[in-house]
Amino acid sequence: MIPMNMVTPPPDVVLISALQSKLVAALRPILPEHALLWEPEDTIPYECDGLAAYKRMPLAVALPETEEQVAKILKICFEMQIPVVPRGSGTGLSGGAMPISQGLVLSLAKLKKILSIDPFTRTAVVQPGVRNLAISEAVAHLGLYYAPDPSSQIACSIGGNVNENSGGVHCLKYGLTLHNVLRVRGILMNGEIVEFGSLAPDAPGLDLLAIVMGSEGMLAVVTEVTVKLVAKPRLARVIMASFDDIEKGGNAVAAIIAAGIIPAGLEMMDQATTRAVEEFVNAGYDLEAVAILLCESDGTPEEVAEEIERMTKVLEQSGASGIRISKDETERLKFWSGRKNAFPAAGRLAADYYCMDGTIPRRHIATLLKRIQGMEKKYGLGCLNVFHAGDGNMHPLIMFNGADQDEWHRAEEFGTEILEACVELGGTITGEHGVGIEKINSMCIQFGEGERESFWGVKSAFDPEKLLNPDKAIPTLSRCAEYGRMRISGGKLPHPELERF
Amino acid sequence: MNATNPIIEAFREQILHAVKNKTPLSIEGGSTKSWYGNSNTFAKLNTRTYSGILEYQPEELVITACAGTPLKEIEAALKEKKQVLAFEPPHFGEHATFGGAIAAGLAGPGRISVGNFRDFVLGARILDGKGQDLSFGGQVMKNVAGYDVSRLIPGSMGTLALLLEASVKVLPKPAATATIRCQISQEKTLRILNEWAGQPLPLSASCWIGNTSDDGQLTIRLAGAAAAIKAAIPLMSSPINASELEPQSAEVFWNELREHRLPSLENIAADQTLYRLALPAACGPLTIPGASNEMVLEWHGQQRWIKANGDEATFTSIKQLATSHGGHATRFKQGMNVNPAFQRFTLLSEQVHSQALEAVQERLRSAFDPAGVFATKRLP
Repeated sequence: MIPMNMVTPPPDVVLISALQSKLVAALRPILPEHALLWEPEDTIPYECDGLAAYKRMPLAVALPETEEQVAKILKICFEMQIPVVPRGSGTGLSGGAMPISQGLVLSLAKLKKILSIDPFTRTAVVQPGVRNLAISEAVAHLGLYYAPDPSSQIACSIGGNVNENSGGVHCLKYGLTLHNVLRVRGILMNGEIVEFGSLAPDAPGLDLLAIVMGSEGMLAVVTEVTVKLVAKPRLARVIMASFDDIEKGGNAVAAIIAAGIIPAGLEMMDQATTRAVEEFVNAGYDLEAVAILLCESDGTPEEVAEEIERMTKVLEQSGASGIRISKDETERLKFWSGRKNAFPAAGRLAADYYCMDGTIPRRHIATLLKRIQGMEKKYGLGCLNVFHAGDGNMHPLIMFNGADQDEWHRAEEFGTEILEACVELGGTITGEHGVGIEKINSMCIQFGEGERESFWGVKSAFDPEKLLNPDKAIPTLSRCAEYGRMRISGGKLPHPELERF
Repeated sequence: MNATNPIIEAFREQILHAVKNKTPLSIEGGSTKSWYGNSNTFAKLNTRTYSGILEYQPEELVITACAGTPLKEIEAALKEKKQVLAFEPPHFGEHATFGGAIAAGLAGPGRISVGNFRDFVLGARILDGKGQDLSFGGQVMKNVAGYDVSRLIPGSMGTLALLLEASVKVLPKPAATATIRCQISQEKTLRILNEWAGQPLPLSASCWIGNTSDDGQLTIRLAGAAAAIKAAIPLMSSPINASELEPQSAEVFWNELREHRLPSLENIAADQTLYRLALPAACGPLTIPGASNEMVLEWHGQQRWIKANGDEATFTSIKQLATSHGGHATRFKQGMNVNPAFQRFTLLSEQVHSQALEAVQERLRSAFDPAGVFATKRLP
């Protein structure tokens, strides 16, 4: 039978507090005092992750400092049948680390040591709480770096990256987390320590590492990650191309790829975005351009010179109305500064913004952008479009005022319609942010019943009792049925069971 | 979905029939790799009838094709648009299929620089052990909706589900390539390749063939922008005293290596076995007791091939050696007189931190295939 992950109505307060006392009593002997929180004033920072719209209070928060403590915590929760929500830095944008009211939040933030760095084999072994950028910083003197660079890389942790299979600006050329992690050490819900993958090019049996990647904390708790380090390119230069037409910009992306070039980064911003960020960063963007394309080449100086020349030619042939090439590193960073600051810029334009994450085949970029323009009118909300054009991963930022319940409601519907368009155009509802709690209903659209049942089969293979982050990513049959009815009747909130703001 | 396709319907019937009779089905494509993996005598399910490229748009860098499509047809279509399967899957025969290559999950010389077959799989359509027609992943590079089931298929050797269609990422053919060769010891080879791999050099593939104790022949392929190759050739040739190979003989060499048509990899004596060792980059030169002196090292030493006696004692000692270095070993291909019933792989239970995964793997298989239709044990 299909298990339930529908969030049940809030249970009796007395029951919850009894459960809390039992859990705290069981965990206290194995954790230092400061590593276990249960008073509401201590646990409130954990009520949500980077998606602040959805929040819930957990029974308790555990902050283990060793792998052994993690294993013991899991074993105890397993025996008590208490669900566990693993949490990294809490920067996730899909509510994947949102607590379960009768569950424990297991923060891996204190496991933040870089255990070893081996320049000869180009690998580093790190604990899950190590920040993404900290790895690159720690190996910079060796001429190496860790390639995946999600926008949140200053704060996000490698454990979180593994669970979301994070990408970033450079993943077109350098791959996702999946392509840059060799081995993951983790603990199953029953407390057993296991290793997925290997330092060797492959490992015995089915490729379980591949399925653990991006599994949103539902299959195992990550305690150690061996990452691949790559040589830092000697040089990087970026072309900034302006287009007076969104279609031309979209086609230029396809033309570059068709010309046999894999740029190190290929990003696009629409006019609304460039105008918003220019005010903020003064990057020198062409404000008359309908779309701006940032196209980066990296490698040896010879390679970069050759590639920049080829890319320039393609961009000119694609009808770019203006082309600028970064002269030096300072200018390159300046060109990028706007792209990297799109989110804070959106924050200046509106009280709140809702970041979407669909992926579509490159050839449909212009189609989707035009549809989004229509949706802006339909929902009466503005939208900034910044995206990883090279891999078709769109990040529309829907702007709204969260104090206005109706605006938030419209923003959510706007977002859902974008995701439905992504699926219709042959894409997916999430490229790198994960399903979490946010897009769990959209999973009903992207996948049929058979696929969803298989996902539950995968889940049960790792966690037969369904205790590890069980209410995320994979909707139950009944949730999808409910969602189907809701879509027909309309006007209902996607998560009526959750407290809003 | 394409539920009315008569070929797929026939597959489904065969699966449902197998469920009823409780007899596993051994999936085969072009039968070019039938010697690979644990042997069985179960009835075959042949995929070659389900053939054809379904979608290929070069600017999307992805090709979608039916499992039974000849691999050479796929490669020819890509070649026309100057694109490639960058991980260079071996064919091991004229009739190799797309599905067979994915199920075997093998990769050629380019694997060390571009990644494994699974790194390139974007989506898959399968029939599970209940005959359900399921699709996972898609045609886009970035997709984290649901578990990445399609990436479980490469290397699963038909033990999980029947692959119907797959979408695989392709890459542009490198703008330029060059091959250099020298005589050098294995120890120096491992050192210099790892050093170079940590530098921004256009290192694409490597192969060392020789006796562990002596100098051997090291061949290195460079790939990338023309200017980068031109600059790298003297830079990399001079410290190892290498000279450049003619492009045509270089191409022949890398093809023969991939297809195991080099003397060191073919002509396995009747009582011998060709063993494959997958090892971490840190692993230095190994001496395998009782093995032939000649070894082939690929992937900067992370994949090593050696011919040795096919008996259980030899495999046990090779497995132990590989495991002690953090890798694993496979009986890749056996000589005629070696017992076909031998276990060809290192088991999860033979490695400390994968023991608990045995139960996970078993449950995973039964989730897709509760009746054991694909339980051929070809991959344990």
